[in-house]
Formats: sequence, C-alpha cells, structure tokens
Amino acid sequence: MPDLITSDGSIRKDNWAVVPRPADGDSLDIPDQPSLIPADLWLAGKEHFENREDIGVWLDSHEEPEILAGVVNELPVIAVNFPKFSDGRGYSIARLLRERLNYRNELRAVGDVLLDQLQFMKRCGFDTYVLRADKDINKAARCLNFFTQGYQAATDTDVPLFRRRAS
Amino acid sequence: MYVYDEHDRQIAAERVAQFRDQTERALAGELREDEFLPLRLQNGLYVQRLAPMLRIAVPYGMLRSAQLRRLARITRDYDKGYAHFTTRQNVQLNWPAIEDVPDILAELAEVEMHANQTSGNCIRNTTTDQFSGVQADEITDPRPYCEIIRQWSTFHPEFAFLPRKFKVAVNASEHTDRAAIQVHDIGLQMVRNDQGELGFRVHVGGGLGRTPMVGPVIREFLPELDLLTYLEAVLRVYNRYGRRDNKFKARIKILVKALTPEGFAAKVEEEWSHIKDSPTRLTEEAISQFKGYFTEPDYQQVPDVTDTLATQRFENREFDQWITHNVDSHKHPGYAIVTLTMKKTGTPPGDVSDRQLEQIADLAEKYSFGEVRVTHQQNVVLADVRKDELFELWQAITPMGFATANLNTLTDVICCPGGDYCALANAKSIPVAEAIQRQFDDLDFLYDIGNIDLNISGCMNACGHHHVGNIGVLGVDKKGQEFYQISLGGSSHHDAAIGKILGPSFARDDMPEVIQKIINVYVDHRTEEEPFLDTYRRIGIEPFKERVYA
Ligand code: HEM
Ligand code: SF4
Repeated sequence: MPDLITSDGSIRKDNWAVVPRPADGDSLDIPDQPSLIPADLWLAGKEHFENREDIGVWLDSHEEPEILAGVVNELPVIAVNFPKFSDGRGYSIARLLRERLNYRNELRAVGDVLLDQLQFMKRCGFDTYVLRADKDINKAARCLNFFTQGYQAATDTDVPLFRRRAS
Repeated sequence: MYVYDEHDRQIAAERVAQFRDQTERALAGELREDEFLPLRLQNGLYVQRLAPMLRIAVPYGMLRSAQLRRLARITRDYDKGYAHFTTRQNVQLNWPAIEDVPDILAELAEVEMHANQTSGNCIRNTTTDQFSGVQADEITDPRPYCEIIRQWSTFHPEFAFLPRKFKVAVNASEHTDRAAIQVHDIGLQMVRNDQGELGFRVHVGGGLGRTPMVGPVIREFLPELDLLTYLEAVLRVYNRYGRRDNKFKARIKILVKALTPEGFAAKVEEEWSHIKDSPTRLTEEAISQFKGYFTEPDYQQVPDVTDTLATQRFENREFDQWITHNVDSHKHPGYAIVTLTMKKTGTPPGDVSDRQLEQIADLAEKYSFGEVRVTHQQNVVLADVRKDELFELWQAITPMGFATANLNTLTDVICCPGGDYCALANAKSIPVAEAIQRQFDDLDFLYDIGNIDLNISGCMNACGHHHVGNIGVLGVDKKGQEFYQISLGGSSHHDAAIGKILGPSFARDDMPEVIQKIINVYVDHRTEEEPFLDTYRRIGIEPFKERVYA
C-alpha cells in the first residue's frame, strides 16, 4: 500500500484507489478495495452506494463541485485531481467544498501533487495528500509548514492578518 | 511609507528560508526544471539570454534611502553595478548568479524588500500613481489600498497558480491616470459616489501583450470595505473559468470578452454574493491602520519663494525649462514634486548605476524626507521638495545626469531592454530609443511639439507599452532581420486607447527619419495648442501614412 501524508504532517498507509472514468459505453469497474469514483457517476447511481463507507468520489480540475451541493457529507472522502501541478483550479474547488458546500469529511489532493504546493493545499482545505510517486514524502511535513501564518483568511483561518492586528 | 511589523518580518524571513530550500533541491536535481520554474519566477528569478534576471518588487513604487543603498550594494556585490527601473515600478538586475539569489533575497528582507510574485502566473506587484498623496486632485491617497492588496495577494493560497500572470493597478487622480489602470487585468479608479462615500470603479480585462485591450468597467461603484472580497470573487471566477488550454488565450481579458463584460460581471456578482460578508471584508479600523502608514511627512512652514524662484528662472534658462517640465505642483504650500529623469541620451531608459542609486538615496534624504517613488515611465520622483531648495537641488542633479528637462516629451521614451538583454526579443530597442533621442536633441523643438508618449518594445510581449504610446514602436523579426512596426494613437491615460498600426515595418536605420516625418505631419496639421494625440484623433491615420510611405 502506498503512503499518504496528512495536514498535521503524519504519514500513513493508504488503500483508496482512484478509479478512472470508464471509456464511453463501458461500465464502472470498482476494484475490491475502498474506491474513489468520478463524482458525476456516483451522483447518477447514488442509490447503489447508500451506506458504503468505502466509496468516495473524485473531481477533476475542470469539474464543478457545485454538483455535489447538499450531498457532500454522505461521502467519506472527496478527492480533487491535479492533472498538472500548475493547474490551480483545484484550490478554488477545495475552498468551495469546504466553505460553500460545508463539506466536513476527508478532502484529498491526488494527481500531480508536489511538495512545494502542499501548504497552499492545506490552507485551501485539503487534509490528505497523495504525493506523486517520485517525490520524497519525508520532506512533506516541512513543506506543509514553511509559513507560520498567512495574510489572508482561507479555509484554515477566518481571521485575516488585518483582523488579528486590529485586535 | 509602510513599515513592516513583526508579522511581515516573520513572513519575509520564512519566504527566504523556503526559497533557499527550493533552490537547494533544484540544484540537487530533486526538482525538475519545469517544477522549479514557477517557484523561481514567483521569487523574481528569470533565466535570460546572457544570464539570469532578478526582478525585485517595489510595492507601488516606493523606496526609502536605506533600500536604495542596499540595492546599490547588491548590484555591486552580486551583479555588474547597475540595475534597471521597469514599467511596473520594479527594479531588475541583469546578471545575478542563480546560487546567489537566496542570499540576495535575504539582503533585501533586511531592508523590508522582496521579489515575491514579481513574475509567474500569480497576482503581481500592485502599481499606482507616482504622485499619490502629494497631488491636489486625488480622491484620496491610493497607497494604503495598494498595501492592503499587496498583503492580501501575497502567497494567496488559492491564486498562486492562475491561468496567467495577473496585474492590478490603482489610480486616484480625477484628471490623470499615471498608472495606466485600463491596461491592467484589474484597474481600480478611486471615486466617491453621490453620497460622498469612498469606493472604486472597477475595470477588468485590460492588458497589452499579443491581444491588447482596454479594460471595460464591470462595476461602477464598489464600496471601499468590499475591496478584497470583490477582488477574491473576480480572481475565483478567473481561476475557475479562465482558459488554460492556450497560453495566448489564458488572460482574463479573453474570458471577459468571451462572456461579454456584462456576463462576466454577473458571474462575479454571483460569486461575490456568497463571500461579501466573509471575514475578508475590510473594516474601518483596518483601513485606518493602513492609512496610518501613509501620513504626511513633517512639512515645514517654508518661506514663500515665488519671487526668488521667478528671478532664478529668469536668470537661468535651463533651470527655467527644468522647472517647467520636470517639476509639478504639490498640494502642500511651499513644496513641489520633482521628477528625476533617467533618460539622458546614451543611457538606456531606466538604467541606473550603483553610484546613482546612492546619489538618489542621498538626494532623497537631503531634499525629500528620505523617500522616492519609481514611475512606470522609468523615472524617479522626489515627491516632497521645498521650493526654496529647488535651485540647489537642480544644481546638484545636473552633473548626475538626472536633470534632463524632457519629462513627458518625445525623448522621455519608455523602452524595454529588448535584444540587449532579453531572451524573448525579436529586435533591439535600446539603440532605437537612443537614435530617436539623438534626432530630437533640440529641446526647443521638443517643447514646441509638446507632450508625446513614445513607447518601444522589442517584441509582442509589450513590456515597453508600445500599444498605448501616442507613438508606439514594436520590434519584429523578418527572416532573422530586425524590423520595426509603428502604431499611432495609443493612450494609457483616462482616454485609454490601443494604437493603430501605420503599415509595413521599417529598418532600424530609418527609424529616426520615420519619427521625424510623423512629427512633421503633426506640426503641419495641428491647430494652436493642440496636442499630438488630439491632432491624430482629428485627422486620422491617413495623412501620416501618405507622408511616411511616400
Ligand atoms: C529581460 C527582461 C524581461 C523579460 C524576460 C520579460 C518578459 C516578459 C514577458 C514574457 C511578458 C509577457 C507576458 C504576457 O504576455 O502575459 C512581459 C510583459 C510585460 N513586461 Fe516584461 N520582461 C522583461 C523586462 C521588462 C522590463 C524591463 C519591463 C519594463 C520596462 C517590463 C515590463 C513588462 C510589462 C509592462 C509587460 C506587460 C504586458 C501586459 O500587460 O500584457 N518587462 N514581459
Ligand atoms: S517586450 Fe519583449 S523584448 Fe522587450 S523586455 Fe519584454 S519580452 Fe523582452
């Protein structure tokens, strides 16, 4: 089982599989392990997955998290895919899931997840990160904490620096 | 001027440590070139034709003497002893070594400077009018708002990987726009509404580069407390829906155009409705805290020297010309705004040596409360000079080469570094500026033809703002040969406009003559007191074409 890192810097084993979107006409093939399936397919077949603790969803960077409005907390895990680390849409998706759709369970970054983006991801509401395989997970904890504070309010704090200074 | 508190100092120190770590991993091969690229760009580091280039941020153009002296030392210790003022009020070094950059950043942090987000696909340095706070006609001082935006945009976790770079500019003057806000991704014009409340008129989707556009207004009045939440809404819409498939279509201007300004505005309003009252909403106390950093310096009751000045001007024609052109009126009695021109013929526009940086630092201390501002025309401003010291100041700066009395005239050229430094250039631009300056070396003729913006870029990226020059010059490449295309009628002021291309391009040697012909057409057609741009707008491009291609 591969490792993942959590926002508090601990490393743990992970056996969630990201199930790719099936080609047109093919059906979804869910492996015999906890699985993250495309969010729209989960929505379309939601009744099949009632009470399945081992099925979560993933969103791609161009997808709209709003499709999950009202049902997010039925999911144990939502993953957001970074097709390329320089594609910054996943940060906005994470904040929307957390701050607008009020998602409370595990939010996970998958795909082209590198070290130097981790702190941004954390501030936008991700709490687990599956690093790209060639990256050294032992360096992740440090990269999650380069900065002890930020200027802005984000998912991690609703007190922007200008409010902290004023108090 | 803004002074760091313990929070800013800590964040700055952590940033330097982070970049040191990143640089070490990059040099050790743990970061691929494409992975290091955005990290180094967000720390101002380019890799150029001859050497790396480091772009140092000068938030809204303001520098203290101690910072100028540190810049001077850095250019000496790590570079070749000179730097360059840019059209985004920043400073560039052309020859640093990559391994030295973390040390340079550490030296900068000691004087409250940095290179954060001076490049890369993130929110760049916010720019403003170099006369902010000292001119009579401004709605309010825009600098506290620029600093508020600077802090909000610094390491914003959601917007560090945008589809493209993103630039914000603020203007507060009612009669002029020295910040070129309408050619920025977001341009904020400070206004008061009918109730007298302070706010912003918001332009979105302007920009230069390959597809130049003047930014349409998407909100007529944004109350000041809503500044950051609204910016956040604009950026979120852009981050989610801006095109990422094609780098030439990735700018927000393309999205605004595709959705129409109304459609784009509606999307922003919808996004904003959710976050309007979030903790990011500014407070009165926060704004007044930021304003506290930009209070007036300790102005003296100075003697009214009108008569003495008149005599000095009468007796010394060069001083008189300098006062007329390089000195502006100040809102406080007895004071004046002085622009030091960095446009001496033979020196690349914006270039400044280590020695000159120190001279400027000394001048600022002696004559202007230890502060200067960098202008987007690549000059330097002493904003608070006593009128009774103008003559002495002028005598001091003349031998330094800062007194060329050509501000806003044809030879006050804005010019990018072009082929002399820039890896992206199609043509050189510095020698073209110089040749034109030589052609128009008669100051009386320059004054006679009045204010003209001449802007030169060495390629389509438009660093020299050629699209918004009254006369724009663009270097183009034809089968490996350098040529120059002319455009006419651009403006970056309140009447912002993109220039129209005159026709086929010219060889470099012909440029002074071509500009001369354009000026001759203007002189032939102008009515009394009519500026170049007005004549152009009245008679159109045809008369210019006919003469130039005759
Ligand atoms: C060797 C140094 C430089 C390099 C490699 C460089 C690179 C670039 C690039 C790649 C762009 C295009 C970005 C785009 O279209 O989105 C650009 C645009 C620009 N650059 Fe530079 N630049 C350099 C120097 C300068 C200097 C010295 C100035 C000021 C004199 C400057 C000011 C600008 C401005 C104002 C733009 C604006 C374009 C816009 O608003 O679309 N750059 N530069
Ligand atoms: S306009 Fe082109 S040539 Fe000039 S500095 Fe910018 S990128 Fe380089």
